[in-house]
Amino acid sequence: MRTMLLPWLAWFALAVPAQAATVPLPADSVYQSGAQLTDAHARRFAWREDRGQARIVTMLYTSCKFVCPMIVDTAMAIEQQLTADERAQLRVTMISLDPARDTPEALANMARERGIDTARWTLARPQPKDVRSIAGLLGVRYRALADGEFNHTTVLVLLDADGRIVARTERVGARPDPAFVAAVKRTLAH
Amino acid sequence: MRALPIACVVACLLPLAAWAGDDDRYVRIPGGTFTTALKYEDARGPAPVAAFAMMKRPVTNAEFLAFVKSKPLWASDRAPSVFAGPGYLDHWAEPRRLASSVQRVQPVTRVSWFAANAYCEAEGARLPRWIEWEYVAAADATRRDARSDPAWRERILGWYARPSSHALPRVGAEPANAYGVQDLHGVVWEWADDYSALLVSGDNRDQGDPDRARFCGAGALSMDDRDNYAVLMRVAMLSSLQGRDVTRNMGFRCVKDAR
Repeated sequence: MRTMLLPWLAWFALAVPAQAATVPLPADSVYQSGAQLTDAHARRFAWREDRGQARIVTMLYTSCKFVCPMIVDTAMAIEQQLTADERAQLRVTMISLDPARDTPEALANMARERGIDTARWTLARPQPKDVRSIAGLLGVRYRALADGEFNHTTVLVLLDADGRIVARTERVGARPDPAFVAAVKRTLAH
Repeated sequence: MRALPIACVVACLLPLAAWAGDDDRYVRIPGGTFTTALKYEDARGPAPVAAFAMMKRPVTNAEFLAFVKSKPLWASDRAPSVFAGPGYLDHWAEPRRLASSVQRVQPVTRVSWFAANAYCEAEGARLPRWIEWEYVAAADATRRDARSDPAWRERILGWYARPSSHALPRVGAEPANAYGVQDLHGVVWEWADDYSALLVSGDNRDQGDPDRARFCGAGALSMDDRDNYAVLMRVAMLSSLQGRDVTRNMGFRCVKDAR
């Protein structure tokens, strides 16, 4: 009896955490997307693997000279308003609109130049076919311009741990949207 | 004298038929140059459009039902709300049953961009880019670009003036245009692959506030051809929608890249 029970108990102990990870995704989660991303360390992963922690997600491209650096500034300014504990829990994902040019090397360069901590922040490029879908899920509108630049809406989206959109802001700059910062704190407190 | 043009017509049509031969729902659209009615700050004048093949008619409810049966995740009781918002296919009797036989031949509507995109992808096609749609929709029955003809514009506007509460016509009832494509005007609105590239400057809600630069870079569009209301309304509609939105008049058709 005992010999049969032990392996079963061991299986059960292993299965419980595994089961917690397979709770179905909410229907309104952006992680319903099947998109694959490649980060600045050339690690390829499914976007839905980002499930599990609250995140600020935005879209930009590394050769952008004007608004995109401000998007990074904005995310940093939001983090400045968090406690150290809150900051440690928050993740940031910046997804490229320009996968053709935003190679892992280009993403790594940007991380280095901007002093981005890639342990908590992810810079990633999608496959070209998925850019429009990811933008659609995040409510980002964009168009490739004739000179290689992109015209795009600047949006920071707050996702809860399950990938549901909790808040969004189009305000960029050193003084972040207070309502958005409050939403980040609320979401992290959950 | 008469034999010569006929011979030419036959000779010109033969390769077209052969090219689109594997799927007679598509017709070949030759490439060309085209000046959009939209005005972009970054790109002016005629732009090249590569050859492609376009569905003759919008996708019908019957066709979309077959898709839903083969891809159960797109049934209205299964599709995640992040891909298909409220109202998705809610004019059908049930998630896998149409409300009437009339519906079979009507264009499918109340489909989101994500659902339309998935349909086209499932058959090795894609949604048309806006420029491709506009390019083909510029034709009337005999000319590839009839846009400067006031009579043609009037006829198209007649449809846009019709209340949207009218029952949808069946697909394929209107005469084909010069490319052999039907129902581009007068039946439904249609999704474009790059619907979210249509950044209409009037959409900029925060123009006065320097902290809230909505667009990165220049390039918001405006209308170059203010008399082309049909295009203006299409663009206004597409630029107002999110990818999960559905409306009672928004359908789609697919295109395939030239091989």
